[in-house]
Amino acid sequence: MQLDNVASLSHFIPELVLSGAIVLLILLDLIIVNRRVAGALAMAASVATLLLVIAGGASNTWLFNGMVVFDSFAFFFRLLITLATIVAVWMSIGSVEVRRCEQGEYYAILLSASLGMFLMAEANNLLMAYLSLELVSLTSYILTGFLKHNRRSQEAALKYLIYGGVASGTMIYGMSWIFGIAGGLDFGAINAALSQSGTGSSLAVFIALVLILAGMGYKVASVPFHMWAPDVYTGAPIPITTFLAVGSKAAGFALLTRFFYPAISHLAADGNWQALSGVDWPQLLLVICMITMTLGNLAALQQNNMKRLLAYSSIAQAGYALMGFVVLSNDGLRAMMFYLIAYYVMDAGAFLVVMIVANATGHEDIDAYRGLAWRGGLVPAVALAIFLFSLTGIPLTVGFIGKFYLFAAAIRGQFYILALVGIINSVISLYYYVRPIRTMFLDEPEGDEGAVTAEAWNYGLMGALAAATIVLGLYWGPLIDFAGRSLKFFIGPA
Amino acid sequence: MPGGLTLNHFLVLSLIVFALGLFCVMSRRNAIGILMGVELILNSANINYLAFALFGGGRYDGQVFSLFVIMLAAAEAVVGLAIVLAIYQDLRTIDVDATETLNG
Repeated sequence: MQLDNVASLSHFIPELVLSGAIVLLILLDLIIVNRRVAGALAMAASVATLLLVIAGGASNTWLFNGMVVFDSFAFFFRLLITLATIVAVWMSIGSVEVRRCEQGEYYAILLSASLGMFLMAEANNLLMAYLSLELVSLTSYILTGFLKHNRRSQEAALKYLIYGGVASGTMIYGMSWIFGIAGGLDFGAINAALSQSGTGSSLAVFIALVLILAGMGYKVASVPFHMWAPDVYTGAPIPITTFLAVGSKAAGFALLTRFFYPAISHLAADGNWQALSGVDWPQLLLVICMITMTLGNLAALQQNNMKRLLAYSSIAQAGYALMGFVVLSNDGLRAMMFYLIAYYVMDAGAFLVVMIVANATGHEDIDAYRGLAWRGGLVPAVALAIFLFSLTGIPLTVGFIGKFYLFAAAIRGQFYILALVGIINSVISLYYYVRPIRTMFLDEPEGDEGAVTAEAWNYGLMGALAAATIVLGLYWGPLIDFAGRSLKFFIGPA
Repeated sequence: MPGGLTLNHFLVLSLIVFALGLFCVMSRRNAIGILMGVELILNSANINYLAFALFGGGRYDGQVFSLFVIMLAAAEAVVGLAIVLAIYQDLRTIDVDATETLNG
């Protein structure tokens, strides 16, 4: 069903609420004195969005004359992105760094980024894909550099801007070739045109896909478009780092999947996907995936700053999630989507503990965690240990289940080398994930290091995420079913 | 098309502009210079869209896309220059080599 602009609005309510909240925040910023109101309003808007997303469900519809598609896959990512927004807003309210900034603008831009991510997950047209990706990028640059007079924050923003500008420019250059070859911008039209055209243009299509991969790979921080990630994650305020790590990455995966699967591949009857003949992007992505996880893990080994360590770890985690992407089966995609939820729970939790420690001590280095468990921070220390074990993939955590499904999908698709590389990488990652845990529990605190305390609401969120990590590690059935059910793309004649 | 111009002429032109933009981004050390290189890359894509739209038939997709690219390039320049200005106020330079406290 394809709806026109006015009829589409009734399916677009969560996005409209977000847009309304953005405008309201900017206006309120001009008149109110009390800065706390902005955070509360942003929180209310994101919770309302979550409820509306759930209430809206998924209905296979094209909105706005086919620019946006609203199917089960979009519903899944709408949910995940709203949850990421709630965590980011929650952390922003509790963050000492952010409290010193202009609150109204900050939350307005944060919600704009969230709106852009929604659209990335729903884009059904190259123009929409580009616009939504830029909406996320531009707002992310501003948020990264939001700490005025903080040199690291400013430099991170500059670096992000330069890499981002080149990546998205390269992407639209590639899109222009696809437009020329397929004669349209709509994903359905592209699919129809590319599956008809002969082998003559397959090299051109391949080059165009590589160029497009620059823009989308940059959003998920895969090699070789990962260089911005460590610097940006280190320089940005911690709530923004979390938002980029879990929200922006999930939206990137959503766009990547929607473009590379329904738009340019075909679903065979047995649940496996077939790439266009003569266009061997799966092989290319297979290599990228293996390099991404290896490079992320090896670089993380030498880091002494927790944010930087988690930044490299998030590159490696993107590599794991790509394992599900390259095996060209619905099994793999389901494992990838499950892993994105798992990654959301454990990575947001880890960054939250980093923020609690940074709030109390003002430091982000691993040295600041020395003896954390024995100087009043036993609860955050235990929680961080749970999150880091989960990121490694130790059993009884959601990270283990997520990795299990990924490896199973790789082995079932007979990608044995990929599975082997993934397992070796998990072993390597154990070393650097355990190092902060050892520092927290086994090292003695030094005399001048004060106690670590946090507000109740930070503990509340931390407890919820830690509980989710454990509970989903023991009882994951409904979640994997939900991921499997969400794997229905709505694509048809343009 | 007057003057015997074909689609290939435009594609070669856009490829040259794209390559120049990429070269500019990689070789410049001045942040403004790099942003100018990004503009070249965006405009090379614009040439492609317009050429494909002109030679490919009557639909307006290509023209619309290039209008959006022009608009977003302006938005990106605004954000970019704001960030560069903030850095200049702190460091008194916009040389990207001078802003490397984060490397490693």
